[in-house]
Formats: sequence, structure tokens, C-alpha cells
Amino acid sequence: MKDAWQWLPLWLVCGLATFLARYSFIALEGRYKPPSWFVKALPFVPIVALSALTAPELLLVEGHLQIAGNAKLYAGAIAVALALIWRNALLTILGGFSVFWLLRLLG
Amino acid sequence: MTPVAAFFVGVRALLPMLVGVTPFGMLYGAVALQAGLSPLAAMLMSSLVFAGSAQFVMAQLIATSAPALLVFGAATLINLRHALYSASVAPALKHLAPPWKALLAYLLTDEAFAAAASHLLAEPRSPHAHWILFGAGAALWLCWQLATLAGILIGPALPEDLGLDFALPLTFISILVPLIDDRARLAAALTAAALAVALAWLPYNAGLVIAMLGGLMVGVLGGVPRGGSAR
Repeated sequence: MKDAWQWLPLWLVCGLATFLARYSFIALEGRYKPPSWFVKALPFVPIVALSALTAPELLLVEGHLQIAGNAKLYAGAIAVALALIWRNALLTILGGFSVFWLLRLLG
Repeated sequence: MTPVAAFFVGVRALLPMLVGVTPFGMLYGAVALQAGLSPLAAMLMSSLVFAGSAQFVMAQLIATSAPALLVFGAATLINLRHALYSASVAPALKHLAPPWKALLAYLLTDEAFAAAASHLLAEPRSPHAHWILFGAGAALWLCWQLATLAGILIGPALPEDLGLDFALPLTFISILVPLIDDRARLAAALTAAALAVALAWLPYNAGLVIAMLGGLMVGVLGGVPRGGSAR
């Protein structure tokens, strides 16, 4: 086992790279004139990020596409329906979890 | 809205995600020890890098004695998507002093961005929008450090078959669905979802970045969103 401080330089450069990705446009704001397509794309960022982060969690089971018998997919679909109808975060989350646990119990 | 009220709006938006983040953080703590890291090194990674999925890959690479350059390259690639979040929140943080900007950038994770995004989209010029992001970021930070510590001390103690990690995608759904209110947004979301699933086999989250960029392209070509030019 290496001593903690031997890892410190690697942690620092990895942390710095991560920080720079997160700081990049925040730091540049107001110092450059972004092209119009870039400005148009910005309001879509939360949508594409949430969608890209969520879809594989629902559709992939151990890295493979699985539709039939996929409890997370069914529960996720119910959660989408609940969100569409009531737009209440807590209801969406609890409803999705209820379906998920129920399907696991039955499966 | 007072700064304190805004702070707790952010905390509240993030709260359900902690159900999923806690077992994930505990698992990281346990995996880091198995990889041969000392408890202090594992804790330091959580506070210095502060990026869930990257920390798992770093620990796994270290377990296989991968060279430091590969660990660095992987962490950088995995966290590249955060630059998109940076661009998205930048207009709302424009008026802040550099230390504030740096602090919020350090806290700008998937979860904090998700929790604050709908508020920032709805009121990009609200003077306290940054307090919402700060509340969400601080709540996640504290939870991640404590969960790492718990994982180091007691291992991944929460039973995996409870499926608590499912809280994260469910919370994301509850935030995402109300944001989709026209065809361009729907097309962007579906494109990003399809690409993320199809490209999930690519290493180091490269598929996620391509999926997000593809979704953005479809959204931009699909129409001008409301408030899109308000900057």
C-alpha cells in the first residue's frame, strides 16, 4: 500500500482537470462572443444531459439492451407517465420506486 | 427570495438524489480500499477530484497498476461533459466574483447541475440563482464525503438489492419531463437518450458526451427555444 501522500500529485492533477472542465465557460463568460448556434444550444443542455444520463440506466442491464422483464425500464416508464400527469417530483420518485420494488418482489 | 431560502431550494431539489448517492459513495470507499489505496488517499480523492464515476474508474485503474498518465486521461475524458454544464450555468453566474465562480465550478456535478438547472432556466437573471446551485452542490458534497468515509469504515453496508441507486434516474426523470414542452426539446431528449444507449460501450463516458452533443444539434436544428437568445 502506497502512502496517501504519494497519490497526492495524481489526485491534484486529476482534480485540476475536472475543475477546469467545470470552470471553463463560467470563467470565460463575458470575455468572448459566443457564436449564435452555441447560444441557441444552451437551453437544451439540461435536457440532453438528463436524458443521456438516465436512458442507459433504464434500458441497459449489465451493458446490454433489455426490454422484456426489465423492472427499471417499466418503473421508469411509469415515472415518466406520473411526471407528465402530475408534475410532482416526490410523487414521480415514490411512484417509480413502488413499481420497481413491486416488480422485483413479483419477479 | 433571500439567499438562505434559495440555498434551501437547492438543498431540497437535491435531497431525493442522496438516497442514490449514499450507497454509491459507500461503494466507492470500499472499492478504493480494495484497490490498495489507504483510507486517507481514498478520502483525499473524494475531496480533491469530487466526481463519482471518474473516482470509480480511477480506483479500478489503480487496482490494475495502470500508469498515472492513463488514470489522468481517463478522469479527464470522463469529466469532459461538465464543460457543457459550465456553459449552461455561466450566464447566471456572470455577475459573481471569481472566488464564487470557482467555488460553484468545483461543486458543478451531474447532480448539482440537475437540481439547479430548471431554476436557472426559469429565472436566469434571478440575483440569487447561484445560491440555489450552491445549496445543491454543498448538500451533495457533504453527502459524498460522509458516504466515502462510511464506505471506508464499514464497507458497502447498504444491501444492493434494495436498488437505492435507482433514486438517481427517477429524480432525473422528475426534473427532465417538465422541461420537455415542445417538439424540439422532445427531439433533443430522444436523440440524446438513443445515442447514450447505443454508445454506452465506448470507454470513459465518451458515449455520454457524443449523446449530449448529438441531442444539442438536433435541438438547435429543430427550432429556436423560448428565451434562447436571452443572455
